Amino acid sequence: MSTLQRETVLAAAAQRILILDGAMGTMIQRHRLEESDYRGERFNDWHCDVKGNNDLLVLTQPDIIEDIHRAYLDAGADIIETNTFNATTIAMADYDMQSLAREINVAAAQVARRAADAKTAQTPDRPRWVAGVLGPTNRTASISPDVNDPGKRNVTFDQLVEAYVEATEGLLDGGSDLLLIETVFDTLNAKAAAFAVDQVLSERGVDVPVMISGTITDASGRTLSGQTAEAFYYSLRHIRPVAFGLNCALGPDLLRQYVEEIATIAECLVSAHPNAGLPNEFGEYDLTADEMAAHIREWAESGLVNIVGGCCGSTPEHIAAIADAVADITPRRVPQVPVKMRLSGLEPFVHA
Amino acid sequence: MQQASASFVNVGERTNVTGSARFKRLILEGDYETALDVARQQVENGAQVIDINMDEAMLDSEAAMVRFLNLIASEPDISRVPIMIDSSKWSVIEAGLKCVQGKAIVNSISLKEGEEPFLQQARLIKRYGAATVVMAFDETGQADTQQRKIEICTRSYRLLTEKVGFAPEDIIFDPNIFAVATGIDEHNNYAVDFIEATRHIRENLPHCHVSGGLSNISFSFRGNNPVREAMHSVFLYHAIKAGMDMAIVNAGQLAVYDDIPAELRDAVEDVILNRRDDATDRLLALAPKYQGDGKAVEKQDLAWRELPVNERLAHALVKGITDYIEEDTEAARQQAEKPLHVIEGPLMDGMNIVGDLFGEGKMFLPQVVKSARVMKKAVAYLEPYIEREKAAGSSNGKILLATVKGDVHDIGKNIVGVVLQCNNFEIIDLGVMVPAAKILEVAKAENVDIIGLSGLITPSLDEMVHVAKEMQRLGFDVPLLIGGATTSKAHTAVKIEQHYDGPVAYVPNASRAVGVCQKLLSAEHRPEYVAQLQREYDVVREQHARKQPRSKPVSLAEARQNGLSIDWQNYTPPRPNVLGVQAVEVDLATLRKYIDWTPFFLTWSLAGKYPRILDDEVVGEQARHLFDDANAMLDRLCASGELKAKGVFGLFPANRVGDDIEIYADESRQAVVHRAHHLRQQTDKPKGANYCLSDFVAPKDSGVADYIGAFAVTAGIGEDELAKSFLDDGDDYNSIMVKAVADRLAEAFAEYLHERVRREHWGYAADEDFSNDDLIRERYQGIRPAPGYAACPEHTEKDTLWQLLDAQVHTGMTLTESFAMWPGASVSGWYFSLPEARYFAVAQIQQDQLEDYAARKAWSIAEATKWLAPNLG
Repeated sequence: MSTLQRETVLAAAAQRILILDGAMGTMIQRHRLEESDYRGERFNDWHCDVKGNNDLLVLTQPDIIEDIHRAYLDAGADIIETNTFNATTIAMADYDMQSLAREINVAAAQVARRAADAKTAQTPDRPRWVAGVLGPTNRTASISPDVNDPGKRNVTFDQLVEAYVEATEGLLDGGSDLLLIETVFDTLNAKAAAFAVDQVLSERGVDVPVMISGTITDASGRTLSGQTAEAFYYSLRHIRPVAFGLNCALGPDLLRQYVEEIATIAECLVSAHPNAGLPNEFGEYDLTADEMAAHIREWAESGLVNIVGGCCGSTPEHIAAIADAVADITPRRVPQVPVKMRLSGLEPFVHA
Repeated sequence: MQQASASFVNVGERTNVTGSARFKRLILEGDYETALDVARQQVENGAQVIDINMDEAMLDSEAAMVRFLNLIASEPDISRVPIMIDSSKWSVIEAGLKCVQGKAIVNSISLKEGEEPFLQQARLIKRYGAATVVMAFDETGQADTQQRKIEICTRSYRLLTEKVGFAPEDIIFDPNIFAVATGIDEHNNYAVDFIEATRHIRENLPHCHVSGGLSNISFSFRGNNPVREAMHSVFLYHAIKAGMDMAIVNAGQLAVYDDIPAELRDAVEDVILNRRDDATDRLLALAPKYQGDGKAVEKQDLAWRELPVNERLAHALVKGITDYIEEDTEAARQQAEKPLHVIEGPLMDGMNIVGDLFGEGKMFLPQVVKSARVMKKAVAYLEPYIEREKAAGSSNGKILLATVKGDVHDIGKNIVGVVLQCNNFEIIDLGVMVPAAKILEVAKAENVDIIGLSGLITPSLDEMVHVAKEMQRLGFDVPLLIGGATTSKAHTAVKIEQHYDGPVAYVPNASRAVGVCQKLLSAEHRPEYVAQLQREYDVVREQHARKQPRSKPVSLAEARQNGLSIDWQNYTPPRPNVLGVQAVEVDLATLRKYIDWTPFFLTWSLAGKYPRILDDEVVGEQARHLFDDANAMLDRLCASGELKAKGVFGLFPANRVGDDIEIYADESRQAVVHRAHHLRQQTDKPKGANYCLSDFVAPKDSGVADYIGAFAVTAGIGEDELAKSFLDDGDDYNSIMVKAVADRLAEAFAEYLHERVRREHWGYAADEDFSNDDLIRERYQGIRPAPGYAACPEHTEKDTLWQLLDAQVHTGMTLTESFAMWPGASVSGWYFSLPEARYFAVAQIQQDQLEDYAARKAWSIAEATKWLAPNLG
């Protein structure tokens, strides 16, 4: 069981900007795995196609995943993310693998744990941490799947809580140091994840630091479910995240203003892991490691961030460049925010 | 005063089934769409948070809360504000918390059931991430005195902050507002108790807030809104000073403290602050004086019930009140010698007053139509009593009205009919799409005094010419009236009048119809009036003949040379996300938001821009009544499903070839499925281009892949039946209202669908976010010109749309022989996405284009001349 304290993270983050790893999917793609690779021996007779079920690889190709973790650690990552983006019963239903969700979470945390511990052993003064990832699932609790019935939902809060409780337990059992609720595009899903995490942690009587990272889906500056960055923060600050930030969807140029918005209001660390630009017409990300690092260096110099990394399209080269670019820069100072009632709808509402 | 402090929060109270009878009815009837409007109005009226309460015995409150919150989530103009989830049942609160992505407020929890449930609920609220209202309520009951309020709030605060770790800034105390001035002495200090407890709480319990339900305080003055509002305002004024920083109020209904008359304010203040023992009695004594609305108005209104029966009938007619008409008609019948005398006597007298007031501009069209409804009800009541002695000779004249063949639009015609009926003309209304032969056959058989023709689309102009020629051929001599949106004095003078020797009168609007008919049927005035018409038309014809084209015509070749030039090599037209045809059904409540109201008022001869017209000095009051009636109709239509909207649209690969647009089966662009033909402006444009809609599509030889869209929508499925059922019920007013509203909904549908197409289906403006006003002002990229209108005036092109979209199959919409769309409340057109695309008028074209167009359409010149007549000068 994890012993990482919130204070430990805050103390490290006070010293330097912490580095998060980069994209897992992009790295897996490089291996050009086929259906049989995904299946491995264990799922040779599985009744439906599983190619593309990247999370399954922690069971069938754990060495590939561990190698990727290792590459990011070597590139300078302080925090590596478990390969569990879709490892909930809800998202695993695409492959009819709901029953494996818990096992995958445990295994993914263990794989990452091994890689992190090996790296920490080389430089014990600088511990590496495993962040157990709780992804958004492929369903939305506050958006209707049916244009003709805006009141309809294809997943409920309770179903999400149930799925997230199981994933959280698996991630903790596998040895995660932190929990990362990420790529939040529907805040209600994230609230269910936060609810589940809070429930599991209080049942276990532990206080594992939680990070939250949302996704501004386009230039409108809102999440897919319509909230502004500030409103989104107010919806989730009750879980007292150790870090709050944004990832995915946009490249660093477009993401900057929203990171800045969060940086001025968040009473915790601010994280950002943008995409390596926007996908080009072949679905590839064009931003080079140096270009991306230059952007992020500017954010750091402007005092916007405490934790940085990469999302889609980023590679160990990107992370190495980013780590190098921010190594000598003073991290953002957490502001003193006046005590006020901070509510939100799609927009923030602050009452003195 | 509520505006005085920006740190005071208005919580909207109308979405509460326990507090709003209307909201309760809507929810019980399952009319969630209209219920959403209630929520929206509150936000528009300044509510910063909206309270939602579904505590009603007849409801599955949990399900209703979930449904309503889920619906709100899809309404950005409502869900932008935080939600207050209000219930006395924890299960309902918890169900609500599971539906809101924002940070909400729970209303409420308390120590009523003891510490355990209180703590447990607070922990869960914290886990759900919400703030909470805490009622000053404990195991022994609700706190009434200052001391008890302070005691319970302090205890709750300690438990929450110390045992639960609840953020103190997320605690809102409700120390209970109770009614004062109840006549019970123990209640007199309730307001002071609240105010003083508030002061203590805010000073001693850091970061927390104080709120309350304001309407309780004035409970004993139910029915007297001015006094209630004054009480709310005075109470807030003092409570806010003491630290109350939130209240559940009707944000649209709060008196401004300084605006309350001093006398009333002092009396209210005495009550609120409990300053004198006789404060309640004094306020009770003063209250009737300020009873300005609500019951008081009704009482005043009912004074007319004391008048003699004839005057009551006149009053009912002038005011358009149907409530007592049967009772009064019966009273009049008993007094009259014959039932017919009631019609000829008091009822006609009343209608004459209406006619006079209307003539003097003191009544407006919607009122007149309501008067007609009263009249019809009275007549309908009397009919069984009237023997077969028909009221021959009692009318001012018999008028036949018809919308001509090929046209389905009849709102204007129906209004004219009602107005004429109000002025004691007998109306024979043949309806819509009436062939000339039928009009003339009935006119002869019924021996009518006047024939009135109506039409909205341009081909109807030709049909009117045809009717006039037939009247001449068959030897008619009765006056012919011409009216409808596309008709004009010029067209009447130049094209119609010359073909008919009898009088021909162009009637620009319904208000003129009475005067015109009276003059035409008066032996005394007719010769002079007819001569005057003659002179006017002569002048118009002369002007028309002399009229120099404002700019000189150019040849078609020159016009094409000067077409709009787009740098296609450096522009990539957006590719639609989905190609092909899609049917669309949408509920009226959605369309309602897209209504452009200004033309609606024009339909009723009330001129002015919405929403300013509602405050207009002259017509504002009528406009407001009309608007209320329209909304009531919309409420009904949204709830009942009597009227339906259906539409279809398609997006297709397309390229320009000459002035035509080739529409292809697929991206290979090999098979041309349809060809849209367009006309080009043909007057000299020294500065601009000679536009043709085809210019907005990339030419085929450019090699650029471009696209075009087409749509046909109607909100008129069921309108005819519904209008007829009202008519059968003697309710002309609502019969016209249904169609006027359906017309607006059809236009709204076109607006709505265009937005969806831009944002989703074509998707070239995924991020656009315009208000309805912006949409009405066409601030978006791209246009949707409609065949039959200025940019593509030739109506037969609708047939291409219909085939392309299979419109009849998808929507049931059909085209008449004149290419009018049925149902009448329909819109169709093309979509162009090019940023440079704009609306323009083709206006007059020349012989060379006529010939060119005929060749392109494979028409004879005669056929082309017929369809292009409006553009041939």
